[in-house]
Amino acid sequence: MTPLKPAVSSADHIQGNADAPLELVEYGDYQCPHCGHAYPIIKKVQEDLSDKLKFVFRNFPLSEVHPNAFAAAVAAEAAALQNKFWEMHDILFENQRALDEVSLFGYAKKIGLDLQKFKDDIQDQKLSDKVDNDFESGVRSGVNGTPSFFIKGKKYNGNWETEPLIKYLKSQLPEDD
Amino acid sequence: MLPIGSAAPEFALHSTPDQKLKLSELKGKRVILAFYPADWSPVCGDQMALYNETLKFFTKHNAQIIGISVDSKWCHLAFAENHKFHFPLLADFEPKGAVSKLYDVYDETEGEAKRALYVLDENGIIRWSYLSPMGMNPGADGILDALEELDKSK
Repeated sequence: MTPLKPAVSSADHIQGNADAPLELVEYGDYQCPHCGHAYPIIKKVQEDLSDKLKFVFRNFPLSEVHPNAFAAAVAAEAAALQNKFWEMHDILFENQRALDEVSLFGYAKKIGLDLQKFKDDIQDQKLSDKVDNDFESGVRSGVNGTPSFFIKGKKYNGNWETEPLIKYLKSQLPEDD
Repeated sequence: MLPIGSAAPEFALHSTPDQKLKLSELKGKRVILAFYPADWSPVCGDQMALYNETLKFFTKHNAQIIGISVDSKWCHLAFAENHKFHFPLLADFEPKGAVSKLYDVYDETEGEAKRALYVLDENGIIRWSYLSPMGMNPGADGILDALEELDKSK
């Protein structure tokens, strides 16, 4: 089984306790309905495991089937430059049926981004490169669709509905936790 | 599966309703043969949809990917148009599964190809293969690792 490469680093978007004993990485696509289904599940998992879990999101836009997925991923990266990655990540998944350009600007406004900076940043090649790099890292790590999850650096092929996912994560906790 | 180092058997199958593709036409290019059970499995986890997104990584290694299933040329046409595929899907339809059998990846019970991958070098020699466990989409990492190995051994 291919390990996650590269490993999670400060270049990633990390939510929760950075020193947590459990690390959950999602490769996701903002326009993918399965990822939309996973979104509230991850919230519940985070709530349940609280500071025992570090959650990381990496971009895996399937641009041919989801024509707005790449632009949405870039928008979230642009929000990250204003320290609002997770606000954008959340609002995109909560509105994944409306990811056209006008809507993206609407979300940027709603979460309080500097719109001029947002507009400049989404045109910056560096952000597209970041999304491409995430995608390539996913391909090399064995991502075979979205969402794909990695737990402690290993691809998780089990059931990711709330209960089985929490149960599996807990089974991966070190004994003294 | 056929052994590594052996010559990939020749075949000619419909790539569109009015065109056939012969394996030997691709000499000089590396070829990825991706056998799969059926068109129209769910979109986001679909193996062919994934390869459609990773074509540029294959092209970088001078490799052409080809999907092969027992679906008909008309079914492939609809599937490819619906998913905007930019690589050929071949119809192993008549006689049913003949090429899948030739490559030892036919599932007699289901009457479908298994999920199996072959990587051929520029001379049509099998250099890597992989049979996926039932129901598992194998992704593209194994293919890319194999293509990188080929680059190294040049």
